[in-house]
Amino acid sequence: MSAPGFTNLSSSVNYNQNSTPNGGDAPPYQNGPAQTYQSMYPPTGCYGAPPQHQSYPTIPAHSTPAPSKASMTNSVHSANYYQSNHQQQQQQQQQQRPVPQHHVAPSPYSAPPSQPVPSSGPVPPHAQYNQQLQHPPYATPGSYYGPQSYHPPPAQHTSQQQQQQQQQPTLVPAPASGPGAPLHPIVSYPSAPGNSQYGTLSSSQNNTTPGVLPTQMGAPLHQYSTSRPASTTAAQPGYGVAPPSQLVPTVNGQGSTVHQHYDRSCQSSLSYNTYSGAEADQLPSGTPSTSVHSSPGHHQGGDTSSSSTGSASPVPNSYDSLEGGNFPDSMPPSNDMTNQAAPYGSYGYPNMQQGYHQGPASHADSSPSHDPYGQSSYQQYSQPFPNLSQLSAALGGLSGVPELEVEALTPINLLQERSLLPPRPLEAPEPNLSPELKKVNCSPQTFRCTLTSIPQTQTLLNKARLPLGLLLHPFRDLQQLPVITSNTIVRCRSCRTYINPFVTFLDQRRWKCNLCYRVNDVPDEFMYNPVTRSYGEPHKRPEVQNATVEFIASSDYMVGTKRLQVNDNSTTNQLRPPQPAAYLFVLDVSHNAVESGYLKYFCDSLMENLDKLPGDSRTRVGFLTFDNTIHFYNLQEGLSQPQMLVVSDIDDVFIPSNDSLMVNLKESKELVKDLLTSLPAMFSQSRETQSALGPALQAAFKLMSPTGGRITVFQTQLPTLGAGALQSREDPNQRSSNKGVQHLGPATDFYKKLALDCSGQQIGVDLFLLSSQYTDLASISCISKYSAGSIFYYPSFHFIHNPAQLEKFQRDLDRYLSRKIGFEAVMRIRCTKGLSIHTFHGNFFVRSTDLLSLANVNPDSAFAVQMSIEDSLADSSLACFQAALLYTSSKGKRRIRVHTLCLPVVNQLSDVYAGADVQAITCLLANMAIDRSITSSLSDARDALVNAVVDFASAYKSNVSNLQQSGLVVPAAMCLFPIYILALLKQKALRTGTSTRLDERVFAMCEFKTQPLEQLMRMVHPDLYRLDNMSDQGALHLNDTVVPQPHLLHLSAENISRDGAFLLDCGYVFYLWIGKCCNDMFIRDVLGCTNFASIPPNMSHIPELETPLSQRVRALLDWLQDNRAFSSMMHVIKDDASTKVTFFQHMVEDRSESASSYHEFLQQVQQQMSK
Amino acid sequence: MEAAVFILSLVDCCALIFLSVYFIITLSDLECDYINARACCSKLNKWVIPEMVGQCLSTMLMLVSMHWFIFLLNLPVAVWDIYRYVKVPMGNMGVFDPTEIHNRGQLKSHMKEAMIKLGYHLLCFFIYLYSMILALIND
Repeated sequence: MSAPGFTNLSSSVNYNQNSTPNGGDAPPYQNGPAQTYQSMYPPTGCYGAPPQHQSYPTIPAHSTPAPSKASMTNSVHSANYYQSNHQQQQQQQQQQRPVPQHHVAPSPYSAPPSQPVPSSGPVPPHAQYNQQLQHPPYATPGSYYGPQSYHPPPAQHTSQQQQQQQQQPTLVPAPASGPGAPLHPIVSYPSAPGNSQYGTLSSSQNNTTPGVLPTQMGAPLHQYSTSRPASTTAAQPGYGVAPPSQLVPTVNGQGSTVHQHYDRSCQSSLSYNTYSGAEADQLPSGTPSTSVHSSPGHHQGGDTSSSSTGSASPVPNSYDSLEGGNFPDSMPPSNDMTNQAAPYGSYGYPNMQQGYHQGPASHADSSPSHDPYGQSSYQQYSQPFPNLSQLSAALGGLSGVPELEVEALTPINLLQERSLLPPRPLEAPEPNLSPELKKVNCSPQTFRCTLTSIPQTQTLLNKARLPLGLLLHPFRDLQQLPVITSNTIVRCRSCRTYINPFVTFLDQRRWKCNLCYRVNDVPDEFMYNPVTRSYGEPHKRPEVQNATVEFIASSDYMVGTKRLQVNDNSTTNQLRPPQPAAYLFVLDVSHNAVESGYLKYFCDSLMENLDKLPGDSRTRVGFLTFDNTIHFYNLQEGLSQPQMLVVSDIDDVFIPSNDSLMVNLKESKELVKDLLTSLPAMFSQSRETQSALGPALQAAFKLMSPTGGRITVFQTQLPTLGAGALQSREDPNQRSSNKGVQHLGPATDFYKKLALDCSGQQIGVDLFLLSSQYTDLASISCISKYSAGSIFYYPSFHFIHNPAQLEKFQRDLDRYLSRKIGFEAVMRIRCTKGLSIHTFHGNFFVRSTDLLSLANVNPDSAFAVQMSIEDSLADSSLACFQAALLYTSSKGKRRIRVHTLCLPVVNQLSDVYAGADVQAITCLLANMAIDRSITSSLSDARDALVNAVVDFASAYKSNVSNLQQSGLVVPAAMCLFPIYILALLKQKALRTGTSTRLDERVFAMCEFKTQPLEQLMRMVHPDLYRLDNMSDQGALHLNDTVVPQPHLLHLSAENISRDGAFLLDCGYVFYLWIGKCCNDMFIRDVLGCTNFASIPPNMSHIPELETPLSQRVRALLDWLQDNRAFSSMMHVIKDDASTKVTFFQHMVEDRSESASSYHEFLQQVQQQMSK
Repeated sequence: MEAAVFILSLVDCCALIFLSVYFIITLSDLECDYINARACCSKLNKWVIPEMVGQCLSTMLMLVSMHWFIFLLNLPVAVWDIYRYVKVPMGNMGVFDPTEIHNRGQLKSHMKEAMIKLGYHLLCFFIYLYSMILALIND
């Protein structure tokens, strides 16, 4: 572990060292390899030793990084460079430097890989640098990877070589290997087995060796933990953030790198893609970004490369750091290469060779040897790794049995088993993939499939009676995202898929698309790897190492072309630069609005956030208010105060002034501030009760259509004037009817049409509805639904009477105004041939079969799609999905964010069940039920949900479980399914019999369609914890705080006792329920009140007390709050009649006045099954 | 007289055939992503009423001229056309709604419907042709 510098050692060094230890530690590999090698590859010898030597060492190099912690980055680079470019150098150096050669191997190879590289650490890059400068980056590829050695060197090359040689002396001096050397052997050693495996495995194999698993675990964890907490394995958001943990992860990362390598090599047999993915993730995370930047060598390298391929990183740990991340270069090449011995192969070769030679000898025991290794690393780094299920998975992997699957399939009799909830919130199930693929796979928070094992045929899918679909959260805030600037974005030529970790490299020059299976060429530019600064390693490019990447798009992706598609009719806007950020606020100022008092709070909030509005110097803003007339505001720079222009002709709205209504925020900031301060007072006397929302929206549309952008509408009552006027459709007496609920659909197509117009002009409309009466959200919401906006609803909003809503409104506004935004976006979802998407859920306009038009895209909305299997997937073992989101950032850059998910294809029903993701299924079913209730009726939708459980249970009973036991039996993976469905049936959106306002119901439906899965699940099935007796058992340690991890409780009143305090986490709101007999200490320490009676009735904050209990409770709350976009409200609920109801309505397992309890529900299901 | 009826329905039928072909072409354009949903739907919705009128016209002609068999053949299609038109939800932009056409396999079912109609109209076409010739000969 000790010498950080050590990492630097290039492969060559490692090799040597390796050999040294070998002498002591592990004889078998030592001699074996070299010899075998020779024998296997006589031709190589002919070609010239040097290149091989270089490559030879590579493998060890990989391994080396593991032990040494951080700073490896530079050195690695250099090493890489070195290797690749200066093959000759090495030789020379060798000669120059007396290197102890322990190598026993008879082959000439042993010698060359020697010292120079390691020692050189920082130095070599410079040298390289120079060279690069001398030649256009790619012009002389030869120099890069030294095909010279293979072929008679052309004149040019020779000259280069000479240069190199000259430079070498400088490089050499930096000695260094000293301290690190002893360590190396240990590390590198284990690598061998992996390689050997590689050599031996046949290409068909895609299953992971058991031994490999640990690696996988180690790697992803730390990786995620450091860099992107959000995306992590699942859940524990807090982890990533914690600085202390970071250190560890780093280490981990590197350690894991090593592992992966091996794994990879094992898998490489499968195909290239495997490895390509494998490394990607770890690298960035593994190496702390700081180290990267600090290194001079690295930077220079960066400059050089920039000419062709560069990287920019707006996100803290982005690609730049990625680059810094050590890529210990060499990868085992594909099988093909071995045979072909293509010139490019020279790179990859070394590994292969090693693998090969070792192959026979070590193969047998390869996996065992893995194990200890993996384990040790695992133990070492296990601390940051919070996730129990993963752990068990890993262990399962260790033991070599797919225990997870078995576990997931354990039949559970729901009628007998009462406690089904896991102690911690449920994690997304891991697809049953090889560890390499798992490692690079897209985060489940971004991309989730209802069935993590895709059934092979539609028949099998039908048999399973589970819906197949994807849940996407593509624009989620990521803490770490590789950003790639590249002149050519490599895509499949027939299906336009972006290159991703799951493609197959047939050889260095060709790759096979994983969606359509077309074989494509690898463009020249892609041959250069900016991460390792080496040439000829397309499979190590960040695009191929990360399932989530972002490209800075070139002019091909400019709006013009896209615009054409969007709006065939409009010829006006073609080919224009990316739009500036443009925000228009449309404010209701009728009497009703003034009464509710929102205007002041909105203006205050906007004033505060004016500088945080995403955008650049071109950002434009505008304001428009309306009651029965429409008021525009001239904010032209140079005016002494804002000018109000009133248009009272609402039947034929026109824009009174062309260019002064949307103004540059920077130039007119003073005027904007003026307006915001005076606006609330301006209308305080308004007596106008009519609302001309429709015409106001038309005006807003006209105002924005030249640029596109975001319209934010605040509305407080039913629109009554002009186009789009609506009538009240709600019959209050029907609110709690058990029969169908009417009027869930829109009353007019006005808003839909307008939304489509907006969408065509790249205008997104966000709706804030603050009203106490019926406002026909079902109709109005269309304006946002089809223009990819978001909808916020604050029922009975009043600034005095309803402080809770006011606070929520303010918090939401803070987030809303400052959150990231993407303009003029489109998202395309591609799937492996044979799969097709047939239904979309979410706010957008589906422009063609797989293309979603999103005028605005925000980080808080999610999408769902349903899929069907059109052709059998039998000919492939993997199914892939790619979502590509093309958008204009608020800074006016066209960017493409690409997510790729890879899942195994199975042909057994039991495998399908084992991979079922119950949360994703619930969410997808919820979306389907919402559609159903709008197109058909609510009772239909409810029946369909119940039938989903019935069908599933009977399908499982008849097809999979061979136990003839009575009762309701489901596989363990799906044991929460009935609870979730029951909880769904009790949601506002879908419940009957309980009084529910139509608007609230409709809003709940909209939420279902747009909320990301975690949020939705918390809303449907909140997490219940008991707080008064939390222990530190299993607590998390983040930074200096201890975050207790109380167990999840079933949502039933029987778990709630009067002497306790319970926390209910509903996603957007926390309820802290205090029992009547709750001990006074808790009340005093946490709430700061003396006893139960003195707790104020509307408490909505936990005071910051210095007591340990309070600290722990707040730590828990903060931790839960972490990574939620919108900050959650807190309500303290006392155990007395008035407010209790809000709390107990979430106890979904209990019987309510109109709905059955969980047990009754199960019996109902069972009854229907036996029919 | 009878010949005139059939000539008229023949012309009507031709128009319906062309309409069906037009529907199929437009829908398949949408399927292949040559046009966008909005354009496609606004194109198609324009022709929903003419199609319905055409179908009802030939149905009425047969009823008036008391060709019961052909009338019964025509009736279900006419009823379907009317039903489909009446059943459009209030908020939708017509039989073809751009926001829903890609959902729940609607595109496919529209396509299927257009195909079936095309086949049906072709059948009718030959029946009318035959009847017309028969009528002309009889005259």
